Amino acid sequence: MSGLLFQAFVYLCAAVIAVPIAKRLGLGSVLGYLIAGIVIGPVIGLVGSETQDIQHFAEFGVVMMLFLVGLELEPKALWDMRNRLLGLGGLQVGATATIIGTIAYLLGVQWQSAIAVGLVFALSSTAIVLQTLNEKGLMKSDGGQSSFSVLLFQDIAVIPMLALIPLLAIKELVDHMHHDDHGGSGGHGAEMSLIEGLAGWQVAGVTVLAVVAVVVGGHYLSRPLFRFIAGAKLREVFTAAALLLVVGIALLMMLVGLSPALGTFLAGVVLANSEFRHELESDIDPFKGLLLGLFFITVGAGINFGYLFEQFGLVIGLTVGLMAIKAAVLFCLALVFKLKGADKWLFTLGLAQAGEFGFVLLSFTVQNGVISGELSQLLLLVVALSMLLTPALFIGYERLLLPKLTQDQEREADEISEQGTVIIAGIGRFGQVVNRMLLGNGYKTVVLDLSTEAVDRVGRFGVKTFFGDASRPDLLHAAGLEEAKMIVVAIDDEERALEIVRHARQVRPDIHIVARAKDRHSVYDMYYAGANDMIRETFDSSVRAGRSALEGLGVHPYEAEKISTAFVQQDLWGIREMAALYNPDIPVLENEPYIAKAKEVRDEMDRAMVGSTKGHKGAIDRAWMPPGRRPEEVEE
Amino acid sequence: MKSILVLYAHPAPRHSTANKQMIAAAQSLNDVTFVDLYARYPRFKIEIDKEQEQLLAHDIIIFQFPLMWYSTPSILKEWQDLVLEYGFAYGEGGKALAGKCLMPVVTVGGPEHAYQDEGYNKHSLQTFLTPLEQTANLCSMRYLPPLALFASLRASNDGRLDDHSTAYSHLLTALRDETFDYEAAQNQPLLNIEELPILEGVQ
Repeated sequence: MSGLLFQAFVYLCAAVIAVPIAKRLGLGSVLGYLIAGIVIGPVIGLVGSETQDIQHFAEFGVVMMLFLVGLELEPKALWDMRNRLLGLGGLQVGATATIIGTIAYLLGVQWQSAIAVGLVFALSSTAIVLQTLNEKGLMKSDGGQSSFSVLLFQDIAVIPMLALIPLLAIKELVDHMHHDDHGGSGGHGAEMSLIEGLAGWQVAGVTVLAVVAVVVGGHYLSRPLFRFIAGAKLREVFTAAALLLVVGIALLMMLVGLSPALGTFLAGVVLANSEFRHELESDIDPFKGLLLGLFFITVGAGINFGYLFEQFGLVIGLTVGLMAIKAAVLFCLALVFKLKGADKWLFTLGLAQAGEFGFVLLSFTVQNGVISGELSQLLLLVVALSMLLTPALFIGYERLLLPKLTQDQEREADEISEQGTVIIAGIGRFGQVVNRMLLGNGYKTVVLDLSTEAVDRVGRFGVKTFFGDASRPDLLHAAGLEEAKMIVVAIDDEERALEIVRHARQVRPDIHIVARAKDRHSVYDMYYAGANDMIRETFDSSVRAGRSALEGLGVHPYEAEKISTAFVQQDLWGIREMAALYNPDIPVLENEPYIAKAKEVRDEMDRAMVGSTKGHKGAIDRAWMPPGRRPEEVEE
Repeated sequence: MKSILVLYAHPAPRHSTANKQMIAAAQSLNDVTFVDLYARYPRFKIEIDKEQEQLLAHDIIIFQFPLMWYSTPSILKEWQDLVLEYGFAYGEGGKALAGKCLMPVVTVGGPEHAYQDEGYNKHSLQTFLTPLEQTANLCSMRYLPPLALFASLRASNDGRLDDHSTAYSHLLTALRDETFDYEAAQNQPLLNIEELPILEGVQ
């Protein structure tokens, strides 16, 4: 137990120290984690061989990341990128594997091993690239989207690769292995599987069934299930459900021999249209971040510096050569697919490394006797080193290339930047009206609501709403607080509403905040919290009811209109008069000057309403007085 | 039989005496549609389609209002701005009102002698109403001389209001029953209630 805690302490400590420093220096979090790993591993030696096991565990972060990527990608968007996915991805994997395999063969590697080496190095690092793209906000750019297409194709390509590699087995290596290792790699065979011992067509059937289960279940079952869980109003249970979903799908995929990352990605796409999307996103995101961080640390910690210094020239030469070849292939593809300027370079440099699937494939090839242990140790080092160099390439891209390229790209960039949106917190009777008015006039809104019933109700009328507690900062951020032009706080829970206003104002001093207020006091509270417009929820309707009552009593409609206008003005005057005395820190009933002023204001308003000009204003009688008469003569 | 539409605009009905009695006269007649614009649109949200349809359904349009700063009350101006659209009332294809009549029925606070070239208002009432006259012309409508009540605030005390209201009622009846003498009316810059241009003996 204490050992486990000590390990956790070491890893967390390294991350907490190294990552903020790396970010402050503009190196990005990935490099921070890698450096942290190098420090606690090879440099200080606090962690050792157990990093291998932790790495397998941490790879689950990639699975979660693909789930989150899927959530951001609606099925339609995925379909729209099919050309890039197959074209760019297919050509990248095919061309890179062929070139690297050929070179390996020419360097004297056996042909079977050469093919495996080509396949291993054709892959790039989904973890590093997506994490960096997200961190730098480049995901939506053309280069980012192209990179993502290639990464997704690679994740899919891993499956046939895993099927192909055992066929490449080299007899001597297999013999050698069996000789040398007695059940040491038995762990693999002991894994559960649904398809072991099935015929080819049965395997295919089970696989298709599993995928269909994910799609259909995600589409039809997830909604009632999440609604039921959300009904419990326990946050951690919803988080548990989100984790269960991801873990369950990953497990199912592994059982049928598919890539878990691909399965959860698919589940994410299926759920991209769900109203629970933002909630799921904010629940899974911290886990993903921690696991990926852990993964990067283990990559850093796993670098064998002893071997590196022994073979320094060879390792560095291979790494640089590998990255140069990959970059060259990517550059040609960028030209073919007409990527321009900065996007072309982002694509070329971003994907030039080998990836975490490389580790998996390499250990798999060794187990299957395709690559010798020595060669694999060398190659593992090359994979790790190329991953270590990737953040450096991103920095180079950002600091050296981008400034030159953006000068002539500035205009274009403006056009593709996403339109500012309005976040509407709460879609009850209040928020609905606001939302309809904004949507009807062409403004994009993101609607959040805590009540599944409300989300359902408006969903039936075609209003896209996300389930979630808008007072949670992470959810507000997932909804786009950083880019939004405005936030309308329309929920009726006063405390929560105040929290949202305070948080929004703190994060975005420039955002416009329209807040629903309960009464006069909540107007003041909202004002101190930072709202721009405070709208009392029942004031306008009460005034209208009063006006209707007057009309019903026979007052001329235009007179009634003038009376209600005067009343509203009186009321606003009263609010302003009392605002100076209101103190959010003193309860109203203990605020003596405020209470005194309130009485004074009310008396004044009453006088004004009965039309006495000695009061604040005879606003109603003053209007359209015939010549020769004065307001005070009216009362007869 | 002609149909008559009275568009009445008074922003402060509680201060009104003359118009109050006059609208009572107008409202008591059959086949006269009476509309209080301030009551119909207290928030000035004039429904253009509804107003245009109503215009199409009537032959004679009367603007009844107290003169305010030598002009119509604001809602009547708003009404003109919105309802008399290009393509409906004027301009290409704008013949919807062609051949209809427009008549102002005005109450005026000042005495008649003030509305002379030598009076303190410097101009005649007809001159102040030329925007309405030209509006009618542009809409191919026939502009009828205004019916005016001067010194309206004193009219009740002077005993003039009853006669004026009766004359208003006769006038509307004649317009409705087609006994209005349009030719004779052309000779009266302001309608004279002593000599209303009504054809005798025509039924």
